[in-house]
Amino acid sequence: MAGVSRLQYSNEIRLIRVMCSGRVDLTFVFRAFYNGMDGVFIGGCYLNECKYTTHGNYHALNMVLLGKRIMEHIGLNPERLRIEFMSSSEGARFADIVNDLTQKIRTIGPVGKSEGLDGEELKTKLHEIMRLVPYIKIAKSGKLSSRLQDPGQWDQLFTREEIETLIREVPSYYIDPEKCQACMTCARRCPAEAILSGKNLIHIIEQEKCIKCGTCLEVCPPRFSAVMKIIGEPVPPPIPEEKRAIIRKGKEK
Amino acid sequence: MTGEPGDFEITLIKKPRYVIESRCTGCGTCVEYCPVKIPDPFNQEISKNKAIHIHFSQAIPLITYIDESCLYLKEKKCRICEAVCEKEAIDFTQRPEKVKVNVGAIILSPGFEPFDPKVRNEYGYGRFANVITSMDFERLLSSTGPYEGEIRRTSDLKHPKRLAWIQCVGSRQVLPGGNSYCSTVCCTYTQKQVILTKDHDPHAECTIFHNDIRSFGKDFERFYERTERLPGIRFIRGYPSILREDPQSKNVTIRYSTPDEGVKEEEFDMVILSIGLNPPSDAKELARKFGIELDSNGFCKTNPSNPIETTRPGIFVSGAFQGPLDIPESVYTASGASSQCGHLLDYRRDKLTAERIYPPEKEVSQEEPKVGVFVCYCGANIGRVVDVPSVVEYASKLPHVVHVDKQLFSCSTDSAKQITEAIKEKGLNRVVVAACTPKTHEPTFRDSLREGGLNQYFFDMANIREHCSWVHSREKEEATEKAKEITRLSVARALQLEPLQEFELTVNKAALVVGGGLAGMTCALSIAHQGHEVHLIEKEKELGGMAKRIHTTLEGVDVQEYLRDLVQKVYQHPLIHIYTDASILEARGYVGNFITKVKADGGVREIKHGATIIATGAAEYKPTEYLYGKDDRIMTNLELEERIAKRDERVIRAESLVMIQCVGSRNEERNYCSRICCSESIKNALTLKEINPKMDIYILFRDIRTYGFKEDYYREAANKDVRFIRYELEDKPQVETVEENGRQILRVTVTDQLLGKRLEIDTDILALAAATISPSGSKEISQLFKATLGPDDFFKEAHVKLRPVDFVEDGVYLCGMAHYPKHIPEAINQAYGAAGRVLTLLSHDTVVASGSVCVIDEKKCMGCGACVEACTYGALELYETKQGEKARINPVLCKGDGLCNTKCPTGAIQLKHYTDDQLNAQIDAVVGEVWD
Repeated sequence: MAGVSRLQYSNEIRLIRVMCSGRVDLTFVFRAFYNGMDGVFIGGCYLNECKYTTHGNYHALNMVLLGKRIMEHIGLNPERLRIEFMSSSEGARFADIVNDLTQKIRTIGPVGKSEGLDGEELKTKLHEIMRLVPYIKIAKSGKLSSRLQDPGQWDQLFTREEIETLIREVPSYYIDPEKCQACMTCARRCPAEAILSGKNLIHIIEQEKCIKCGTCLEVCPPRFSAVMKIIGEPVPPPIPEEKRAIIRKGKEK
Repeated sequence: MTGEPGDFEITLIKKPRYVIESRCTGCGTCVEYCPVKIPDPFNQEISKNKAIHIHFSQAIPLITYIDESCLYLKEKKCRICEAVCEKEAIDFTQRPEKVKVNVGAIILSPGFEPFDPKVRNEYGYGRFANVITSMDFERLLSSTGPYEGEIRRTSDLKHPKRLAWIQCVGSRQVLPGGNSYCSTVCCTYTQKQVILTKDHDPHAECTIFHNDIRSFGKDFERFYERTERLPGIRFIRGYPSILREDPQSKNVTIRYSTPDEGVKEEEFDMVILSIGLNPPSDAKELARKFGIELDSNGFCKTNPSNPIETTRPGIFVSGAFQGPLDIPESVYTASGASSQCGHLLDYRRDKLTAERIYPPEKEVSQEEPKVGVFVCYCGANIGRVVDVPSVVEYASKLPHVVHVDKQLFSCSTDSAKQITEAIKEKGLNRVVVAACTPKTHEPTFRDSLREGGLNQYFFDMANIREHCSWVHSREKEEATEKAKEITRLSVARALQLEPLQEFELTVNKAALVVGGGLAGMTCALSIAHQGHEVHLIEKEKELGGMAKRIHTTLEGVDVQEYLRDLVQKVYQHPLIHIYTDASILEARGYVGNFITKVKADGGVREIKHGATIIATGAAEYKPTEYLYGKDDRIMTNLELEERIAKRDERVIRAESLVMIQCVGSRNEERNYCSRICCSESIKNALTLKEINPKMDIYILFRDIRTYGFKEDYYREAANKDVRFIRYELEDKPQVETVEENGRQILRVTVTDQLLGKRLEIDTDILALAAATISPSGSKEISQLFKATLGPDDFFKEAHVKLRPVDFVEDGVYLCGMAHYPKHIPEAINQAYGAAGRVLTLLSHDTVVASGSVCVIDEKKCMGCGACVEACTYGALELYETKQGEKARINPVLCKGDGLCNTKCPTGAIQLKHYTDDQLNAQIDAVVGEVWD
């Protein structure tokens, strides 16, 4: 309605249409900052007024609350990210919010620079966070689905300490070459296709591709238990290509 | 009008618009240049409009017309609009046109006329600047209103702080110029206005002078409570009088009295008259032309057992011409009328329809992208702010853009053809139109793509009007830059688009009606009459539901006779299959293809059906208060009615009878009004007075809610000496049995608010107006059919105003008391309404489901179930595969909100048309050159 009512607002915003605020992924937010955007705004329907039955706006709210904490963690001003709820008829409200937001962000200044992060450093940090989004979604799935009625609770949904722990305890998965029997199970089940496999070849997790979902750990047959979850330590380097062949005892005989 | 049902001929006079509809695009340039300012009729003449203008911002069609105040029409001068219109759409040669239309059935829906308070001088309307009507105030509240949504006084443009509403203006008055009936909607619309006023200005002080508060509609009691609890709100019971206007300040003084303070005078900044609903001003003329009768109030005379029928066959009525109605009732009488037309004309259904044939779709997804960009001037709407040629120039340099064009109006027929031609000639496989919002013209352009043999999803709209020229109209350069960027985002998105198929689902032509009461049976018959099989499920041993216990209506319909007749018709109809003493074991499926397992007659049957109608009715609350069940002189309204019908001597020969209203309703536990009990009590009281005029009848009430024409019966009861005594929720009547002279006396004590003293009434009979409640089993039905229940356990419609018989779940519909307590004529209205909606579905062989649904890449799915949990539509489920659990989708149930896509940690599930890649492409394109 802001358009139809010809309400003038700041021209520093670009709109991307989604059918529900619940469609806005944490990755989108960080990707925008990665691209150098100074602020990200998500507009959703009023809570409890979902036109679908999914109430995705609650999920969007949780995502924003989490996003803000992560921004704090990497040293970005969380005010750069904002969610507001409104109805389609409230053109004036939309215009006011856009004006207020752009004004605030102008005060905060350009992304990274104002926070003392140089461009490359910021990009590295954001890149790392974007890589961790699948892990974060799994680890925080419960809270990300909650429906907080009372705005007083919003701030406590995610705590600073919680995010620190979350990032500190990012696991890595590693296949113990001694134990791997090249059964291909993990490779077939890996949703990210991050496991180099092959018949009679010891499997290797490509750490760059790994999304840390833990599926390999879960599906590795217990009699092999070859997949290890490593927290807080570096992952051993993959074994060299020439040593990957498994020499089966049965065949030796 | 001449002719007969199935073959009417109507002669219409079409007034000249002086604008050629097919040419006008609604750009508004002519409006801007028009020199004649007139009071805007849509804004209650508070603000000005031009002689040429669009009626209002949501008008259909959204194009201009020329008012009689036009200089050229009056004095043959001016013609500026003609000169500025680039589409040459102005045509002053137009003359009134006679049009003959041949139709099979007619629906009259002329609505109502707001009451004009000028007919009664006492309100000061038209004399005092700050006495306005609720219609005037409605426009003040609107963002498209005279002050852009600001509440201002016309006298000095100040924001009023002290506002007073006066209820029942023109309603519930047996006075010359007034209406005896209740206008039904004013109590609640006033509460809405108060809430909105407080939203505008939290410091506003709002006073409502009222008689009974009639918040009898669904959820209205809560709404009333919400209004009452706002700070600075006073509800004052009584009829105030408007005394005078202050000549300087133009403030208005009102005189009123309260029980505590006596007569008072108080000054207000603005007084709003809550005006009622009159019949349409030309109702008599309309009745004459169509040969129908009007009722004594001047509304359409209808058949009490089918309020959609007029007195003339083949002519139906919907909306407020039936009598004062709220929006949901208006909406379902409309679909009800359509169902009855369908019944009349079913024999020639589909004889006049023609299917549109599109050229075959080319497979282009493997081709190199070739994007065509069309930039619209929208007359001056975009062109005046945004430098369109420079956007065109910019777009032509974007990667994969092979064709760019500018268009005066992209939405006009010739421009749409140009797009189709360009697709064919230049081999375009993606199209971007930089113009307005996709909400208006996306279907138009998708159609152009289909005509060009392209999949319609290879299209994106760059909104450079609502998102740019209109909102940055003073910053031309910046707006132009922004328009370029918006176009760039669209092109980036277009490159990622995929062809999508809208799939067609076959529709099973049968319907399943759950509940064999009045509503269920009426609905079943209406559907069956139009050639569809109906399976009617009733949990009791016989059909009839609550109506079995009702003998007459207030209007005098013999309910039992009507019911017998209806049951007979239902049993005799060859297409209706009846299952009594039945229970539903299982229900699955989706719109057009449901399968329900029913146990009846000792066997279990699987029924396949395309639509489901929930008509499970309601139940009477068994009171736990007022000694009910402890004394056989105490009974509920329905029990009283049964005993009256049986001419129980003890009841009809009683010397005195007390009725207590709101038993189990409007309290903390059941925070709703049961809607029907006031009228039921009055009906019983009138029947008893007829039989035994000497009986002393007392009705103890909180608010008498005899809305609409039922008000006349309230007045009749009062005239026949039925005593009405109001009590407060905090001071409920007390009921006790007292032994006196060896007799057990039933004694009711109540505070008389008018006299301010306690009254003791010894009564022979006590009738309790017990609440109407949701019947047992509603929860099970709700779970079986994914039909949600509201806070009071009545079924929750898809939209309380606009979709009152639909559920959010496609293919499932609602009618009767399962929706909310209602009178028999209302239940019948709604039953026809549901039938109309069902037939809209069942009359098609297929339903089309959107192409923008989710798709799962099973390889990427880790089986975590996050998507399944998020999807409340039940479109997703986990199933076991060789590679562990995986999610799978039933695309038919997917509504395309995409929450699952966001929840998925691995990106395995993607919402087509809004995929991660497509949205990321747009995010990247914001900054410019990094993309491609």
